[in-house]
Amino acid sequence: MERLKSLADLKKIREDARVKLDLRVKGDNPEGLVLVKVAMATCGIASGAKPIMDFFVEELDKRGIGAVVTQTGCMGYCYAEPTVEVQLPGREPVVYGFVDKKRADEIIEKYIKNGELVEGIIPVNYEKID
Amino acid sequence: MHLLVCGGTGCRASESSLILESLKRELEEKGLGSEVQVIMTGCFGFCEKGPVVKVMPDNTFYVQVKPEDAAVIVAEHVIKGRPVQRLLYVDPKSKEHVSDSKHMGFYRKQIRIALRNCGFINPENIDEYIARDGYEALAKCVSEYSGADVIDIIKKSGLRGRGGAGFPTGLKWEIASKNKADQKYVVCNADEGDPGAFMDRSVLEGDPHSVLEAMAICGYAIGASKGLIYIRAEYPLAIQRLKVALGQAREYGLLGNNILGSDFGFDIELRYGAGAFVCGEETALIHSMEGHRGEPTNKPPFPAESGFLGKPSNVNNVETYANIPVIITKGWEWFSSIGTEKSKGTKVFALAGKINNVGLIEVPMGTTLREIIFEIGGGIKNGKKFKAVQTGGPSGGCLTEKHLDTPIDFDNLVAVGSMMGSGGMIVMDEDDCMVSIAKFFLEFTVEESCGKCAPCRIGNKRLHELLTHITKGNGTMADLDRLKNMCNVIKDTSLCGLGQTSPNPVLSTMNNFMDEYLAHVTEKRCPAGQCRDLMKYSIILDKCVGCTACARGCPVNAITGERKGPHFIDQEKCIKCGACFEKCKFGAVLIN
Repeated sequence: MERLKSLADLKKIREDARVKLDLRVKGDNPEGLVLVKVAMATCGIASGAKPIMDFFVEELDKRGIGAVVTQTGCMGYCYAEPTVEVQLPGREPVVYGFVDKKRADEIIEKYIKNGELVEGIIPVNYEKID
Repeated sequence: MHLLVCGGTGCRASESSLILESLKRELEEKGLGSEVQVIMTGCFGFCEKGPVVKVMPDNTFYVQVKPEDAAVIVAEHVIKGRPVQRLLYVDPKSKEHVSDSKHMGFYRKQIRIALRNCGFINPENIDEYIARDGYEALAKCVSEYSGADVIDIIKKSGLRGRGGAGFPTGLKWEIASKNKADQKYVVCNADEGDPGAFMDRSVLEGDPHSVLEAMAICGYAIGASKGLIYIRAEYPLAIQRLKVALGQAREYGLLGNNILGSDFGFDIELRYGAGAFVCGEETALIHSMEGHRGEPTNKPPFPAESGFLGKPSNVNNVETYANIPVIITKGWEWFSSIGTEKSKGTKVFALAGKINNVGLIEVPMGTTLREIIFEIGGGIKNGKKFKAVQTGGPSGGCLTEKHLDTPIDFDNLVAVGSMMGSGGMIVMDEDDCMVSIAKFFLEFTVEESCGKCAPCRIGNKRLHELLTHITKGNGTMADLDRLKNMCNVIKDTSLCGLGQTSPNPVLSTMNNFMDEYLAHVTEKRCPAGQCRDLMKYSIILDKCVGCTACARGCPVNAITGERKGPHFIDQEKCIKCGACFEKCKFGAVLIN
């Protein structure tokens, strides 16, 4: 990585990073990548988010689905950990709570493959500031 | 098309599972079973108006739905595409039907500023933080603003310290900037000690760069080149993510010398604490960082004058810092438009206790406790009755039903006998004994008192003894007077914030729940049935069938009686373990 020398340098990195992030946000990715975000703060990990994240990484790969699996911080729904946010291309993100391997499998088979929602959705109840 | 039916406890209690069944049946009958899916979801948080049904993708939000409404939802909405007007949410102000949940006031009750990136970006990837306008505030500061400009912006924003006391952040920075010294320090207080509060940990775990950026901005504003984060060693994940973040920021030259091509240099070190509650107090924190015992000293001198190694130091809490970068990028006008007159912006609360949606929430200052507990928090667990809520952790006070509509901000909470604290919020229901709760919190402060000053070291211990006395049924009216007196003495004479606030749970429960104290003292009775020594088990003779299950289960042979005849409990022998109550299948064992 290069040292940033000015605001312009920062802006350049931002533009590049935004393009990548935008692909997820807007979902107009030609390859149609699916984004899976696993909440991996202490609350999530304590409730078993790590094996769930591994499960998504391995199974999506095995089943030949182009997806990006990343970790993220606490979404605030600590009562329903592990929580996983899944975003299909061009669609609003959906958060699933109490995700165990069985539910993770269901999410891959039904939601990611066919866009059919499965049980365990947590409705988003806050406003973002951007 | 998807129909989402709320499966939270509140909605289930009002038959949401029947709604789900009816919807499925209606769809089958109309031959739409395969096209429209009916799904049970988690709590929408809008329990006041449950059961809730949401139709996707049009986002139509139906409230107070009954199982018999399933037919009309399917016939009208699913088949004809017309929302059912009478089931829509009615805006209490405009009296209009709101069909799209995005336009409902309820979903604007939470605004995420400090938690803006938590649960959104990957905390171990600096590029994702930058993509969300990260480090732009720092860049703006070093290239466009002077230190005084930055302080001015923070002052105008009205931001107050989120660690508890609510001191104006801009003013704190100004004092530190005016003190001249060869070296100054920016300190981040990440010693989150309140039981039940975990917002600082979540910010550090979910968005560490926001704190690093804010500390660098503070360094620029007050003229410091070194930053220190005091974090408890029991937060290993937060420490690891901070280390990753520090490494990435240094590689990009966002920390170190000549940040973004300017003359300004700043770097941050981590200091670990052993997890003592008193080290959240700024002078104790500084002593601990210097390698001394974590004990507070008298203020003044304030850290802004003589802090770490005797140099001017600015100490702010994690959540305070997390607000700084957005204030710079979005402007103080934007920030000060949120919140109440004297408390601007939002506050993160950690909801815990007997509440359905345990978790982290961020609401604008001025939101009421009712909105937090019953709407966002989804109400009390298992449909029990709300009794009290403890705000501000062990140093805060218990608030009751009559405070539910108080808008929450720094000053209002103090006015009703509690405090903001770091934002822990523990909800209690009708089964909680308030005397035991006060005792529980004191146990914590007794354990965490550093022992330096006598009122806190000895006084809290005595308070705890008196409370134990009362919960065992040995209290007298004179004890209650003594309790109150001692509380006031401890408050007035303790050295630091720990002792000055530790009697708050006792005082506030005495103010709001005197009847419970009196029941313990005069009637030797615990109204909530929690104090073991005050419980009395007896057998209702009419209900006892003489099965002997209780007698066989009693570990001290206190129960006697013939087979198929009535049984009795010998109160002298009874140790109040409750085994008979659990064993009895006929509900014949009575507790009072």
